Amino acid sequence: MFKPLLSAPHVVQRGEVKPAAAWAYRAFAVLIALAAGGVFLASLGYNPFRVYASMLMGALGTPGMQRETVKLTIPLAMASLGVLLAFKMRFWNIGAEGQFALGAVAASYFAYFQPQLPPALLISLMAASAVVLAGLWGLVPAWFKTRFGTNETLFTLMLNYIVLYIITYLREGPWRDPAGGFAATPRFPRQARLPELHFPSIGNVHIGLIVMLLAVVLVYLYLRYTKQGYEIAVVGQNERTARYAGMPVKRIVLRTMFLSAGICGLAGMMQVAGPDRQLTDAVAGGRGFTAVSVVWLARLSPLGSLAVAFLFSVMQKGCSMMQTEFRIPASMSDILQGIVLFFVLGAEFFLQYSIRRRREVPA
Amino acid sequence: MTPSPPAIQLVGLTKCFDRTTACDRIDLDVRRGEILALLGENGSGKTTLTNMLSGIYQPDAGRVLLDGKPAVIRSPRDAIRLGIGMIHQHFKLVEVLTARENILLGQRGPLKTRPEDALASFGMAVDLDKKIYDMSVSEKQAVEILKVLCRGADKLILDEPTAVLTPQEIQHLFDALDRMRKEGKAVIIITHKLDEVMAISDRVSVLRRGVNVGTVETARTDRYFLTELMVGRPLDLDVRRAEAPLGPTLLKVSKLTARDEGGRQLIQDVSFELRGGEIMGVAGVAGSGQKALCEIIAGLEKPSDGSVFMDGQRIDGLTPREIIRRGVSMAFIPEDRLGMGLVGGMNIPDNLLLKTYRDEKGIILRRRKAREEAQRMVERLRIVTPGLNVKLSKLSGGNVQKVLLGREISLGPRVLITAYPVRGLDIGASMTIYDMLNEQKQKGVGVLFVGEDLDVLLSLCDRILVLCAGRVSAIVESRFATKALLGMKMTGLRTDKEDEYV
Repeated sequence: MFKPLLSAPHVVQRGEVKPAAAWAYRAFAVLIALAAGGVFLASLGYNPFRVYASMLMGALGTPGMQRETVKLTIPLAMASLGVLLAFKMRFWNIGAEGQFALGAVAASYFAYFQPQLPPALLISLMAASAVVLAGLWGLVPAWFKTRFGTNETLFTLMLNYIVLYIITYLREGPWRDPAGGFAATPRFPRQARLPELHFPSIGNVHIGLIVMLLAVVLVYLYLRYTKQGYEIAVVGQNERTARYAGMPVKRIVLRTMFLSAGICGLAGMMQVAGPDRQLTDAVAGGRGFTAVSVVWLARLSPLGSLAVAFLFSVMQKGCSMMQTEFRIPASMSDILQGIVLFFVLGAEFFLQYSIRRRREVPA
Repeated sequence: MTPSPPAIQLVGLTKCFDRTTACDRIDLDVRRGEILALLGENGSGKTTLTNMLSGIYQPDAGRVLLDGKPAVIRSPRDAIRLGIGMIHQHFKLVEVLTARENILLGQRGPLKTRPEDALASFGMAVDLDKKIYDMSVSEKQAVEILKVLCRGADKLILDEPTAVLTPQEIQHLFDALDRMRKEGKAVIIITHKLDEVMAISDRVSVLRRGVNVGTVETARTDRYFLTELMVGRPLDLDVRRAEAPLGPTLLKVSKLTARDEGGRQLIQDVSFELRGGEIMGVAGVAGSGQKALCEIIAGLEKPSDGSVFMDGQRIDGLTPREIIRRGVSMAFIPEDRLGMGLVGGMNIPDNLLLKTYRDEKGIILRRRKAREEAQRMVERLRIVTPGLNVKLSKLSGGNVQKVLLGREISLGPRVLITAYPVRGLDIGASMTIYDMLNEQKQKGVGVLFVGEDLDVLLSLCDRILVLCAGRVSAIVESRFATKALLGMKMTGLRTDKEDEYV
C-alpha cells in the first residue's frame, strides 16, 4: 500500500449553520474580544476584571445608570433601523449622521418658532417635519443613483458634512440665543420637549423609548411580511431580476431611501426633543456612523440591531465610568468596540467556512 | 515488461459538502492515448470530481495517482505543474489581449511547447495574434486548449466542451482530440450528449449521485444502456414534436434592430411571426443576438428600430410592468437563470412570488398560496431539494431551471419565450422540459425556444429561425431541414439550393 499522504489542512465551505449555533459562535466571538481587550488593558497596567466590573456597574449598576444607558440606546437603535432598511436593499447609506442631524434641525425650527401651538400638535409637527425633511435629504443621493448611477456611499457620506455645517451656521447666526454669552442655540420651551413616562424600575424616560421599540417591531414586520419589504429584498439581492419581474426599481429605491432617512430623522428629533432639549452640532454625535457597525454586527436583523445597540450603549456608558474611576481615556470604548467588531466579523468567516484536514479512506 | 500505470488514477476519492457527499469513494482511471467520457446527471459529482483534479477543491479522503505516483493538488498551479490541463465551460481569457499573450500570461519561465508547434501537431486553426474579443466561441476554446498544451499538459479535462459549438466546430474539436489521443495524451471529456460519447470516447465512466456506477468500453455499449446506467431507470430518449392545431398569430416582430450602449449592432431587421400552437426554434452561434431578441420582446431593452406586436397591440418600448399590466401574457426565461429571473438568496416560494405578488390586494405579502404551489411544483417536476426553505442558490442547475420554467408555465402564458431551458440539465430533466413545452404548445401557447442542440431543435420545433450575426439568415420548416444546413446558416455560409429551404 501507499504511504499515507501528508495531511493538508484546507478551507471548505460549510452548509447552513443552525441559527442557534450561529449566535453561539458570535457570543463566543464577543467573549474572545473581551479577553483580547483584557490583555490590552492588562498591558496598560490595569486589572481587566476590575475594569470590566466597573464598566458593568457604570452601565447597569443603579436604576439611574440603567436609565442613562437606555437613553443612549434609543437614538442609536432608531438610527440603526433606518440604516438597516437601506442596507437591506444593498444601498449603502452612510448618511445617517446627517439625516439624524437634519431631523433635529427640522424639529428645532418648530420648537423655536412655533411654540405657541398646542403641545400635542407641536410635537407631532416636529416629528413629521423631521421625517419629511430627512427623508427628502435621503432622496437626493437615491435620485442621483437611479438617474446617473452615482456611488451612494460617497454621496451620502459627503452630505453629512453639509448638515453639520448648517447647524453650525444656525447656531452662530439666525438661531443664536441672544441671551447667551457664547454662540449657542436657546433651550427648548417646555411644551416642545418629549413627554416622559415613568417606569417603575428605572424611572422617567422620554416617550422615544416606546417609539423606538414600536419601530423595531414595525421594521421587522415590514421587511418580512409586506410586499414592499419583499421588493426591497429582491432589489437588494438581484436588481436585474427585479427589473425582469416588472418591479418599479427606481421607485422602490427612492421610497426605501426616503423611509431609511426618515427614520434616521425621527431619531434625531427624539434626541433633540428628548435628552438634549437644545440643538447642538453634536446632536448626532457619531451615532449615524456607529449605526452602520450596529447593523452590520446584527446581520441586518431589526431585533438584533436593538440588542447590539444596547450592548454598544452599555459599553459607552460603562467606559465613561471607567474613565472617572480608573482615568482610562474614553477612547478605550472605541477600541473595545473595534475589537468586538473585528472578532464578530471574523466569526462570520467560520460560519461560512471550516478548516478540515484530509483523512484517509476507511478501507 | 509491466504495463505502464494509468495517467490519472483516482482511488476512493471522496468529497463532502455539509451533509451531502458529492463524490463518494470514486475509483477511476484514464490511460495514455485514451479518451474517457465522464457521463452523469446534474449533481452527480462530475464537476466536483474535476475540480478536485484541477486543484480547486481538496478531497476529504482518497488519493490521486498521476502516472502511478501519489500526488497532492493544492491549487490550479499545482495541477498544471503536474500536467493536468483543465478546459472550463466558461473561458478564462483576457478579452483585450491576443491569443499568444493569453497563452503567455501568468507563465513563469519558458513554455513547455511553442504555440506554433502545438497548433501544427493538433491541426487547430487559430491566429495567435488575433485579439480574443474578435474570436468566435470555438476559437476561444481552441486558445484555452492551446494554453494548457503549451504549459505542458498531457492530461486534459474538458468540461462540456461542445455545448456552445456548431456541428462543424464540434467535428474540428473531435479531430484535434483524436490527434491528442494518438500523441499519447490522456483526455477526460465531460458531456451530456450521448452521440458525442459514442463518437469520440474509448471508455465511459458513469457517475450517479456521487458514485461511479460503472465504466464500460464505448464499443461494447449503446445509448440506451448508458442512459439507464446514468438515470437508474430506462428512459425514452426521443424528443417528439407534439401535434397541435395552428392558432392565430400572437407575436409579430418586424424589422427589429437594436444596438448596445457602445453602438454595436446586436440585431438587425429581425422579422418573424409566432402563432399559437407552434414551437419556433431559434438557432445560432452563441452571441448572435438571441439575448437581445428575447430581452426586447420581454420589454427589458428598447429597440432602436422596428416593432413588436402582441395580439395586435404594440408592445415594444414598454416596460416589463406595463406589458404585464396590458394583459399581455408573456413568460420569459432568461439565458442567465440566476442572473436574471430568480433570486439566489431566496427560497422557492419567494421566487415563485416574483411575478404574482402584486396580484393580491393590500400591502401584506401572502406566502401561503406560493408555498402550496411550490410544494406541488416540487412534486410534479421532481425538484430535488432538502426542503422549501432552502435558498435557491443551494440547488443544482437543473433544479433551478425547473423552478424557473415551472413558475413561468404556472402563470398561464400565451407566448412563452425560453432561452436555453435545458442548459446544464441532464437527460431526464431535459425530457421533462421538452414535455412541458409540448404541453404548452398543445394548449395553444406560442413558444419561442432559443436552443443550442440542433438535434433537439430539429425534432422539437415546427419552424427554426436561424440567427447569424444579428440577422435572420433563414427561417426553415424543421421537417425539411438538416443539421448541416442549420450549421451553414449559422455561420453565414451559402448553400447551393438556398431558396428551397427558406
